[in-house]
Amino acid sequence: MKYTQTLIAAALATAVSGAAFAQDDVKVIGVSIPAATHGWAGGMNFHAKETVERLEEVYPGLDFVLATASDPGKQVNDIEDMVATRNIAALVVLPFESDPLTPPVQAVAESGAWVTVVDRGLSVEGIEDLYVAGDNSGFGKVSGEYMVSAMPDGGDIVVFRGIPTTIDNERVDAFTAAIEGSGINVLDMEHGNWNRDDSFTVMQDFLSKYPNIDAVWASDDDMAIGVLAAIEAAGRDDVQFVLGGAGMKEMIKRTADGDTMIPANVTYPPSMIATAIELTAVGLTSNAPVSGTFVIGSVLVTQENAMDFYYPDSPF
Amino acid sequence: MTVTTTPQTAWLRIPSMSVLGPIIALLVLLGIGAMLNSNFLSAANITNVLARSAFIGIIAVGMTFVITAGGLDLSVGSMAAFIAGLMILVMNAALPSMGIGIPIILLGMLTAIVAGLLAGLLNGFLITTLGIEAFIVTLGSMGIYRSLVTWLADGGTLSLDFGLRTFYRPVYFDGILGISWPIIVFALVVIVGEIIMSRSVYGRHCAATGSNEHVAHYSNVNVKRTRLISYAALGILVGIATIMYVPRLGSASASTGVLWELEAIAAVIIGGTVLKGGFGRVWGTVIGVLILSLIGNILNLTDFVSPYLNGAIQGVIIILAVILQRERKAVS
Repeated sequence: MKYTQTLIAAALATAVSGAAFAQDDVKVIGVSIPAATHGWAGGMNFHAKETVERLEEVYPGLDFVLATASDPGKQVNDIEDMVATRNIAALVVLPFESDPLTPPVQAVAESGAWVTVVDRGLSVEGIEDLYVAGDNSGFGKVSGEYMVSAMPDGGDIVVFRGIPTTIDNERVDAFTAAIEGSGINVLDMEHGNWNRDDSFTVMQDFLSKYPNIDAVWASDDDMAIGVLAAIEAAGRDDVQFVLGGAGMKEMIKRTADGDTMIPANVTYPPSMIATAIELTAVGLTSNAPVSGTFVIGSVLVTQENAMDFYYPDSPF
Repeated sequence: MTVTTTPQTAWLRIPSMSVLGPIIALLVLLGIGAMLNSNFLSAANITNVLARSAFIGIIAVGMTFVITAGGLDLSVGSMAAFIAGLMILVMNAALPSMGIGIPIILLGMLTAIVAGLLAGLLNGFLITTLGIEAFIVTLGSMGIYRSLVTWLADGGTLSLDFGLRTFYRPVYFDGILGISWPIIVFALVVIVGEIIMSRSVYGRHCAATGSNEHVAHYSNVNVKRTRLISYAALGILVGIATIMYVPRLGSASASTGVLWELEAIAAVIIGGTVLKGGFGRVWGTVIGVLILSLIGNILNLTDFVSPYLNGAIQGVIIILAVILQRERKAVS
């Protein structure tokens, strides 16, 4: 009996010291993001991988585990696996959806790990140590202000919305507020779901429905590509320009080249994941305080500054 | 409930509700559309709707055969995205040596058709020779092709070389006598499909296989070959649909062809083909496809219904179509 107890005690001691040793030696940062199922997410995946590879060389004391999920359920599994098998010291998470991800991320925070939330907030406040986000209201506001400056005499526009989400609502509300009283009339709004095919179809229908459209707020570059193809196919010359968004490299290039149909862009950088991972690494390895909220502003891209936002290696 | 219907005889006597139902629904939709918007019946709008129906339509014709033979294919949407990606890669890679011209377009088309044939044969082989459930095999290949296209595109978008796209564009946007190519190809596929389904030995074999595999087997029908051919033909048709799709936007990404499989299956069922197999109708599938795309078109042309409800309205129509079919069975 005594012998067995000693054995268990010894085993426990070894396990505890082993775990402690692992924690002292290398800290693991878990990164959980949605899979690359559309352009922006593809860009985000690219920047996440690149940042992880770079930081593993910069910080020998840090180890990274990156998981991509195609739905919220898979993302919850990923996070549980990271906690169970990799003993993560910090979690950088871009939640697929706020509500289903809140409890598992809360559990990670309660276990004592550092939590960085990116882009989409959680449903309960105060869980995360650091919040890195794009400025959705700013995105809509900058877009709206550009429309007003580009159409000083007003005009008729159509608006493309993304997938029905709070992100989309924030952008559209801010856009609507920014063009209020400017003489710009929104003929119609429809969901293009941040998708080229859907936007092509919707734009074809808009062109059938309205004999004159002065401009389009496509609100995203994937949608802008579908919109442009529909305008080109219909041979209509009433549409003066299309304002996309999020800074796809092909569209930034066209703005830089002075394409009059794509005179501007508004950033919503997929590289914000890099900012989040980097700040988390700094927080774990130095005394620099990084907790709080870090909002990355949406910037207007025009022909003059377009090359500053051009990343030819990124898939987006 | 064992259902062994002989719809052909019912159809010869008086057109039953299952025959009339989809046609009436189509006419009602056309009426509503014309009432709500004066541009609805314009040549440009009708052309747009028909051309955009062509992808799902061409695939749905193949799906009619697969379902009639008692099978199912959930992988067609992902397969289309993968083939589109492959086609773009091959054409971009061949561009420096071949230059822009007809040969490189033909190479792209050949790639699409061969890839479609191989993908269809693979599904068919796993289902018929290894005897795995069609639902499981194609659910698996759906995931595989979707991942492959994401991987090929490195998470972003595969884009056809700009000059090449300009050259290839007419395949979607031009045509003969103002009728665009996708519509012409769709019509040809439908005519050939309808003849095979209703007049050929193969069509009867499909119906026999789907109706009762064992009886068909004892009646000297090669059940496995019939099914294998239906999957291979569907694969080729996915390739043909992709040939029409690529010149439209000149790109493929992970979001290409999402839910096409369900739209194709829905169109087949709305058109009166029995989901359990044994009876298929190609012209009905065409009406099913048109109903589905007209709903989207009409909802875009009016502000009558919230766009959030598009899916709900399509769902109601699908369920109604199946209810109409069941009534017919009860009567006959």
